[in-house]
Amino acid sequence: MDQSLAVMLTIITAATPLLIAAIGELVVERSGVLNLGVEGMMVMGAVAGFAVAFMTGSTLLGVGAAIFAGIAMSALFGFLTLTLVANQVAAGLALTLLGLGLSGLIGEAFVGQPGVKMPTLFGIDALVPFSLLLTAGVAYVLFRTKTGLVIRAVGNSHSSAHALGYRVIAIRYLSVMFGGACAGLAGGYLSLAYTPQWIENMTAGRGWIALALVVFASWRPLRTLVGAYLFGAVSILGFVVQSMGLGIPSQFLSSLPYIVTIIALVIISGNKRLTQANTPACLAQSFVPDR
Amino acid sequence: MRLILEKRADRSPFFAIASPFLALLLTLIAGGLIFVMRGINPLEGLYVYFVEPLTQLWSVEQLIVKAAPLVLIGVGLAVCYMANVWNIGAEGQLTMGAIAGGISPVMFPDWQDPSILVVMLIMGAMGGALYGAIPGLLKTRFNANEILTSLMLVYVAALFLDWLVRGPWRDPQGFNFPVTKTFAGWQLLPTLGGTIHLGALFALLACVALAFVMGKTLVGFEIKVTGSAPRAGRFAGFSRNRMVMLCFLLSGALAGLAGICEVASVVGKLQPQISPGYGFAAIIVAFLGRLNPLGVLFAGLLLALSYIGGEAAQVTLGISDKIAKVFQGILLFFILSCDTLILYRIKLEMGRVGALKAAE
Repeated sequence: MDQSLAVMLTIITAATPLLIAAIGELVVERSGVLNLGVEGMMVMGAVAGFAVAFMTGSTLLGVGAAIFAGIAMSALFGFLTLTLVANQVAAGLALTLLGLGLSGLIGEAFVGQPGVKMPTLFGIDALVPFSLLLTAGVAYVLFRTKTGLVIRAVGNSHSSAHALGYRVIAIRYLSVMFGGACAGLAGGYLSLAYTPQWIENMTAGRGWIALALVVFASWRPLRTLVGAYLFGAVSILGFVVQSMGLGIPSQFLSSLPYIVTIIALVIISGNKRLTQANTPACLAQSFVPDR
Repeated sequence: MRLILEKRADRSPFFAIASPFLALLLTLIAGGLIFVMRGINPLEGLYVYFVEPLTQLWSVEQLIVKAAPLVLIGVGLAVCYMANVWNIGAEGQLTMGAIAGGISPVMFPDWQDPSILVVMLIMGAMGGALYGAIPGLLKTRFNANEILTSLMLVYVAALFLDWLVRGPWRDPQGFNFPVTKTFAGWQLLPTLGGTIHLGALFALLACVALAFVMGKTLVGFEIKVTGSAPRAGRFAGFSRNRMVMLCFLLSGALAGLAGICEVASVVGKLQPQISPGYGFAAIIVAFLGRLNPLGVLFAGLLLALSYIGGEAAQVTLGISDKIAKVFQGILLFFILSCDTLILYRIKLEMGRVGALKAAE
């Protein structure tokens, strides 16, 4: 019993960063912007969170720094894609490459340093209940309030929203920065709670898995929750199987989350009813207001 | 004060040529600022990084050696992106090319005649192409997002290589290091002088061949139309799915070729780490080269310079060579920003009064 509880806890810890990052990206994509730079924002959040917590000894300041780093990165992306209408796919890749490079340079001084671990409640990190509240909050705002309606309108038809007098670019900026804050926080969770230390490229593709999760959840917050826990379980499965000593090479178990992501994408994307009805119609399309 | 974009009537021919250079200039300025922040004289820093490597013969050789895989991969990616096919998993295709090409020297270390080199190169290109075909197939068959699937496969390929060199392919006489037997003799690419190997020639040929295909053939035209005007392409009867597969096979094959060329020259064996992120840097090469095969040639040399400059900066200035990746990221950012100038005029508008005046 004790062991299964421990496994449950590790699944939750593995799922939480995915959930936070995916929920943020979900809002971004609902507003019609595809930010492929989640990995870059996340890794910057991880290094900023670690660095500040290490220097001040306060995880709260660390979390603040992680969020700030994510927002700063996303604002850069916003400037590029919303103000300068650059290609969103390319700009997202640029954000990831820049984030990975910059975090490696900044984090070099912190490699091997002991980290500061976030306080826990009953063995659960403080950010776990927060991630659940965040999911519920986003689900409520997106589908039960006027704000959510406006965000989805901007994502589904930017010209109509513009014609109705909504400030498409401003709304998208805010959504993108919300996504940045979430990605930064998810990164901070990795370096402050999941493995409290700094390792280069420590996000290890989680930002990309979060992106896949949004598609997997067909842009629905509560399905994102289910998906994140499913992926958390898959990534922990590897450790559990390994501890049973079946002699399966660890590399195969480590590659499971990536393979499962691909399989999940294939299953969901083939289902037109799920994807086409929910995909924001203006996803990844640039908008330049008429004058 | 607001930034306003005003659409040009036509593409600006001036900025179409000037924008990569403008991006480069801005990157140099940003790079200078980074040096200042690290307490290094910016002019000295930039000189050590970007100029000094070009003044010595051995480092120019290194430049060409490093540019070869970047150009090979970048030119394939340029064709992909031209067709609006987003293959970002070239690093994985490179790895699989190295593995597939490495089968014969690992299995038959005593096979020593020119034929093994040919087999290695063909297998390498095929390995990359087949691995690239996976996201292509998933895209055309199941509509699965190729960006995500191709990237996920990078991690899978890296773990597969890791398993091979630590497990079944490990050299028994390798003191337990995770490496295969060192390739020797005909299992290595012949050099063209100095350390420059045959890979550089392949890169050059690929650029010339693809410049011809893109500019003068129907396939090239199909690729361009599918990318820039998909509706027109459909009316013309061009198959989008065929283009997606073609792009993935082509770019995968080139990445695989780059992979086997790396392990059959610079690295000389299979080991967990065979590329310093060439597959990702090649994305920048493709964009910096304006998705033009001949432009890619120059862009590849520049990105190679960023790697070599990083090493030089580490030695001379005592600054981490990780700065290379930062420069590469910043460069891509500025390229994308400057490309806006081709289609738009950028105006600064002062407050609402200015907007009203402009409207009059």
